[in-house]
Amino acid sequence: MMAASRRRTKPGDSVVKTEDLIAFYKDMLLIRRFEEKAGQLYGMGLINGFCHLYIGQEAVVVGMQSTIGIDRDSVITSYRDHGHMLACGMDPKGVMAELTGRAGGYSKGKGGSMHMFSREKRFFGGHGIVAAQVPLGTGLAFAHKYNGDGGVCLCYLGDGAVNQGQVYESFNMASLWKLPVIYVIENNKYAMGTSVERSVANVDLYRRGGAYNIPGQQVDGMDVLAVKAAGLEAVAHARAGEGPYILEMKTYRYRGHSMSDPAKYRTKEEVAKMREQHDPIDQLRKKLLDDKLVTEELLKEMDRDVKAVVSQAADFAQASPEPDPSELFADILIEA
Amino acid sequence: MPIQILMPALSPTMTEGKLARWLKAEGDAVKSGDVLAEIETDKATMELEAVDEGTLGRILVAAGTEGVAVNTPIALLLEEGENTSALDAAVAPVASVTPAAPAAVAAPAPATVTAEPAYTGSGLPAEKSYDKTVRVTVREALRDAMAEEMRRDEKVFLIGEEVAQYQGAYKVSQGLLDEFGAKRVIDTPITEMGFTGLAAGAAYAGLKPIVEFMTFNFAMQAIDHIVNSSAKTLYMGGGQLPSSIVFRGPNGPASRVAAQHSQCYASWYAHVPGLKVVAPYSAADAKGLLKAAIRDPNPVIVLENELLYGHSFDVPDDPDFVVPIGKAKVERAGSGVTVVAFSRMVQLALEAAEILAKDGIDVEVINLRSIRPLDVETLVRSVQKTNRIVTVEDGWPFAGIGAEISALMQENCFDWLDAPVTRVTGKDVPMPYAANLERLALPQVDDIIAAVKAVCYA
Repeated sequence: MMAASRRRTKPGDSVVKTEDLIAFYKDMLLIRRFEEKAGQLYGMGLINGFCHLYIGQEAVVVGMQSTIGIDRDSVITSYRDHGHMLACGMDPKGVMAELTGRAGGYSKGKGGSMHMFSREKRFFGGHGIVAAQVPLGTGLAFAHKYNGDGGVCLCYLGDGAVNQGQVYESFNMASLWKLPVIYVIENNKYAMGTSVERSVANVDLYRRGGAYNIPGQQVDGMDVLAVKAAGLEAVAHARAGEGPYILEMKTYRYRGHSMSDPAKYRTKEEVAKMREQHDPIDQLRKKLLDDKLVTEELLKEMDRDVKAVVSQAADFAQASPEPDPSELFADILIEA
Repeated sequence: MPIQILMPALSPTMTEGKLARWLKAEGDAVKSGDVLAEIETDKATMELEAVDEGTLGRILVAAGTEGVAVNTPIALLLEEGENTSALDAAVAPVASVTPAAPAAVAAPAPATVTAEPAYTGSGLPAEKSYDKTVRVTVREALRDAMAEEMRRDEKVFLIGEEVAQYQGAYKVSQGLLDEFGAKRVIDTPITEMGFTGLAAGAAYAGLKPIVEFMTFNFAMQAIDHIVNSSAKTLYMGGGQLPSSIVFRGPNGPASRVAAQHSQCYASWYAHVPGLKVVAPYSAADAKGLLKAAIRDPNPVIVLENELLYGHSFDVPDDPDFVVPIGKAKVERAGSGVTVVAFSRMVQLALEAAEILAKDGIDVEVINLRSIRPLDVETLVRSVQKTNRIVTVEDGWPFAGIGAEISALMQENCFDWLDAPVTRVTGKDVPMPYAANLERLALPQVDDIIAAVKAVCYA
């Protein structure tokens, strides 16, 4: 059994090509700009209800998704899911149109921010009940093993979810049956307004698999290269039939829990410090420039490209019609 | 054109707010993510962050202004390369602000109610008749159904507590481990929420799990995955992600096991769009409905009854025998009064009918078999003949299956009713342990006879 470790896999452990670094930058930027636009559309009343933005946490999903192949692996997460869908390669137009509740959305406007799926991209939601995705993701891993397809499941959960009992029911079965699942704990420090310190007895969440013989690793989730390096190790472990793996990603969300959260439970200085010193996009941007891997001009061009993609998504999301009233009674059951 | 910055809605209920403070001044450079202003909403003070980059060209709404409607332009942002001369042109025309999308789509006319999958009627084909039968117990019939479907489809597997090595807590899965092996007959730890969620996830991936609950009382630990993860996912995903999954096990009052182990869940699950719910009475029902449930592409709840497991019935001896979900069965034809029941209560209804026949009351007994979708047509046709109906269930009365049938009868055949729809149900109490109290809490044959006589004014 591998012990839980705080060892931070060094970016140098794996060779990352320049083109991959550039792709990471662009993928993270797309999520950032998409979420800012979603926040703006929410402000205009075009997106309603609950809307949980991923700003600040981009390195986690972009780094992790780069360690799997969407043709056979599977992905599942909670309700803070827009970034995951984009990182899975889902169309920003379809995601944004779902946020505005339109026919062109991934769920034809019937699921909204928290409930989107893409069988094609093997993205299995988008789940609104905290921690429900953990046994569900364990079931996706069960299916990989049952079918012998060599796939693994990336199952994302937050620091709030780790206190739900079903997480440990899942850890136990996954380890007992050596299921190929990687539990990616996105520890952004706050479960809505409750800090990790106020809600868990031992703040080292990567140790949570100890009682189930599941190895764990703590990772700087603001560093996309550290995420990728740790992710590769975890995925290799699961794919080799060694069973589940836990990665605790230390990350941070800049915005409130949802759009209506004024975030009074933390100081402005804390948020500012994270943004200024640990921002995943700024860090990578600096690396790209310092190592002379790209020119300022290329970065600007990428910024413009990303902005155009997001703006087209926003236009599509506003132009797409509302779902036809006949949709009300459609998709409740499949005809046997 | 300068970019208009609009008064944002910062909560689901906000329509206007106070512009408390500007944190940027005219002429300041703005990067996306910068805090531009503080807005007081109906709930809290929130920060307004910039989305676009540029220079804050003009502030249109001064700090301290109250009652600023959502979507009012509050400032203008100059993009790279624009100068202040662009500002006047931007302010002049009345801003065309996209209003918030209308809140709700109007519900369709009642005519489309036929599209609702909760009820069935003439749409179903006539049931096939089978000549050759064999005598088996309900327990064996359930086992045979699973074995036949597992032979037929590699994707079908059984998961639950004690289903494999122990051969089933009630011996329903006897022999399945030997035939199909540990890959497809899976003993779980005692972890209902976990293994139900795991099975629901496996169904997303296209497998066809049969989840056995040792009793449905324990499924309350797992009901979130049945309702939120399985029943709603097809709809929430716009039809993308079907869940072909069966949840089965003994339901309803058992014998002398008291409140936590004796309860009927028929109305709980029947309440949920996206689920099908069946409740077999005979061995033929059990085999035919379970086979249909396993083949069904939707989540199906199969409510069995422990007290019936050892009872023997004739079952068609045909590998393709299935009972269509959504079709009730007239167990005994009659013209005087309709008695409708499901699961073990069918047995009591048939006994009551025998006794009443001696008093000259001709009872038609309908075995619902499916709770959802409910075969309204068979019920209506019967009431049009008998003009009176008694419902029987061993669950609680409040919002029970009898209450639903009562509503349906007055909606669909009010003019044919010669007496109030009358319910015979379990008493509105947690199940007591003491033998005499348990008997008082459950419907008895005498209760059915009394209800029938009441609606017949006999």
